[in-house]
Amino acid sequence: MLKLDLDTSLVTRSRAAAQKITSDFDQLFASYSSVTIERTVLRLMGVDGATADGKPLPNLIVEQLQSSGALNRGAAIWLANAMLHTSLSAQAVAEEVAAGELDLTSLPLAEAAKVYRVLSEISDQMLAHITKQRQQREQYFKQYGSRNQPAIYVIVATGNIYEDVTQARAAAHEGADIIAVIRSTAQSLLDYVPYGATTVGFGGTYATQENFRIMRQALDEVSQQLGRYIGLTNYASGLCMPEIAAMGAIERLDLMLNDAMYGILFRDINPKRTLLDQYFSRMINAYAGIEIQTGEDNYLTTSDAIDKAYTVTASQLLNESFALKSGLKPQKMGLGHAYEINPDIEDSFSYEVAHALLTRELFPEAPIKYMPPTKFASGNIFKTHLMDAMFNFAGQLTGQGVQLLGMMTEAIHTPHLVDRSLAIENAQYIFKAVKNFSASLMLSPDSFINRRANTVLKEATEFLERVAQEGLLSAMAAGEFAEIKRPENGGKGLDGVFERDSEYYNPFMDKMKKELGL
Amino acid sequence: MKQIVRPYGDTLNDGKVQLSFALPVTSDAQGKEAARVLMLSMGFEEAEITCMRDLGEGFTHFIAYGVTTAHVDTSRIRVKVVETPVMDLETTDAYIEEHLGRKITVVGACIESDAHTVGIDAIMNMKGYNHRFGLERYHGFNAINMGAQVPSEELLARARAEHADVILVSQVVTQKNIHIQNLTRLIELAEAENLRDKMLFICGGPRLTHELALELGYDAGFGPGSYATDVASFIAITLAARQGK
Repeated sequence: MLKLDLDTSLVTRSRAAAQKITSDFDQLFASYSSVTIERTVLRLMGVDGATADGKPLPNLIVEQLQSSGALNRGAAIWLANAMLHTSLSAQAVAEEVAAGELDLTSLPLAEAAKVYRVLSEISDQMLAHITKQRQQREQYFKQYGSRNQPAIYVIVATGNIYEDVTQARAAAHEGADIIAVIRSTAQSLLDYVPYGATTVGFGGTYATQENFRIMRQALDEVSQQLGRYIGLTNYASGLCMPEIAAMGAIERLDLMLNDAMYGILFRDINPKRTLLDQYFSRMINAYAGIEIQTGEDNYLTTSDAIDKAYTVTASQLLNESFALKSGLKPQKMGLGHAYEINPDIEDSFSYEVAHALLTRELFPEAPIKYMPPTKFASGNIFKTHLMDAMFNFAGQLTGQGVQLLGMMTEAIHTPHLVDRSLAIENAQYIFKAVKNFSASLMLSPDSFINRRANTVLKEATEFLERVAQEGLLSAMAAGEFAEIKRPENGGKGLDGVFERDSEYYNPFMDKMKKELGL
Repeated sequence: MKQIVRPYGDTLNDGKVQLSFALPVTSDAQGKEAARVLMLSMGFEEAEITCMRDLGEGFTHFIAYGVTTAHVDTSRIRVKVVETPVMDLETTDAYIEEHLGRKITVVGACIESDAHTVGIDAIMNMKGYNHRFGLERYHGFNAINMGAQVPSEELLARARAEHADVILVSQVVTQKNIHIQNLTRLIELAEAENLRDKMLFICGGPRLTHELALELGYDAGFGPGSYATDVASFIAITLAARQGK
């Protein structure tokens, strides 16, 4: 079997450095919150819906509390207090606020014990629902058998949720294991989550709770027909990470793109905001049994796949370390990497196998997410189809967890029905052809692949040790990640970060931490 | 002189064309005949369905060969292309030094809803793409890459503040022709703000051609396969020529 001879001292050193880097943020996680974290709490308490002009009710409440200077206590206490005073449900209180008939901070605060009792009941209800969804998923896997490895992951991106359903059903019939509904391209920078079913968007349609429900229901039907559980994924990224995670937990999404640093580097979202938001969003995912996936492929779409291979490894180790702080188990960490190597390079496949094996062996329990060639995909669909085949070969040979299939029409358009079908045929053929190939092979100790993997690990270790000395925020400000400079107080969404006061309470974080052993 | 050509399979002007398409029909003899008739109605003289694959949900994929009698007279084809010669990095830097004697300021962005920086980064960032360094690497350019999802207003404001010589816009997402809308909006705003004639406007992306760019009111457009060398040479030579006027 293909196995690397990795320098174990480098493995230990790199993990220690990653842990030192992420521990700098324990204080941030313990004493700050953000507007989207508070909106998440409101959603989990049962607040949903939007005004006629599309403003979500959780946003209205948080804005009201923010303008009265009351948000530092957290939204939960104010909403529970209003429920006590009015004897209304959380949703009914929110509707009063939306109608301009209620100012939450104008009501006198009831006895703390009473407020806490309301919060305890209401959070127990929602957590029980999320637990039920997690058990339902586990039940499906028990009934139908565990997921294929590598799992076949394809995207649908018509921009219309109902058209997406048709394409997703067709893909499932052909052999897809996981369906990703691509979001509209501008959603990551919206500081709210749109409401209701959507039939518009560019490069995809919006992540909304109703869209999640529609697609999950369709996939449940297909799963029953096929006797194979079809996973659903979306993106808990951007300015609303925890809200989207909560919506996914409620509607039983199975995976979530949920990277600790992606928003900072590739969407210019403020570093503190992103780190705080990822902390709670990943906790929700951990609680709901949702597998997270990280976005290391993005490092290679902007930088060279060989020169910058170590940045992928370094980011994986940081993502792992941050995820552990949120209570995620390694079995739910879909750390990412990508087949973005220049096809003109001699032995490009050996480089890729080295990189893929390194990821596989550094994180032996993780369902590693492998991304396809995109940077060197051109309008030559025949060549791209061939590169996708090599990518599929590498995926099966090195035992990746989730294979995000490449499309021959990458760089031309969002996938047509036929493109997706041919991609699945390509993957199924190759996965089957080399199913147990690796079992017959061994790497020579001094082979190129062994040396290459250790070189990348060494570069990643030295990089992380440098960042550990400097601090993550300074390193980002200096452009050490992805060759992009991100200052600590720059980027979008910093005004939505606030320090908690001593009376702050978030019942969901509190209970989740207890149950996750944090 | 007329130059009549037809598609080439393995014999001159045999008219052989390869097609791949899906139809919302069942995968059976009826469906296959529907695909063949469709090809005849496209004008193919002969049509042969070589592969039929069931896509599920009532769709079928067809791979087919047709013989067309259509032809084209290549002597009558006129295409607008960027005509300035392409120079390498060193030559461009030397050219700028000689003809302009100052740095050229380029402000670039992926505008409006487009979140994909791969195009603008390939042209502007130090690293460049496929062994062609980006504009940041040139001595002759002051390259400012504003990144993704930049509103047109912000791009124009920055260009004004920096006294830019060139605005460079990338549009990667093209679904429902959003790139046309975005590019049109930028030019209209530039005209309203009296900036259009003060700088070069250049756009690029997978679905852009020079011809389309000119139609939209830009000075140049760069499609797939373009590198920083193409863009840098065009800018240097065009600005030098304008200065000479």
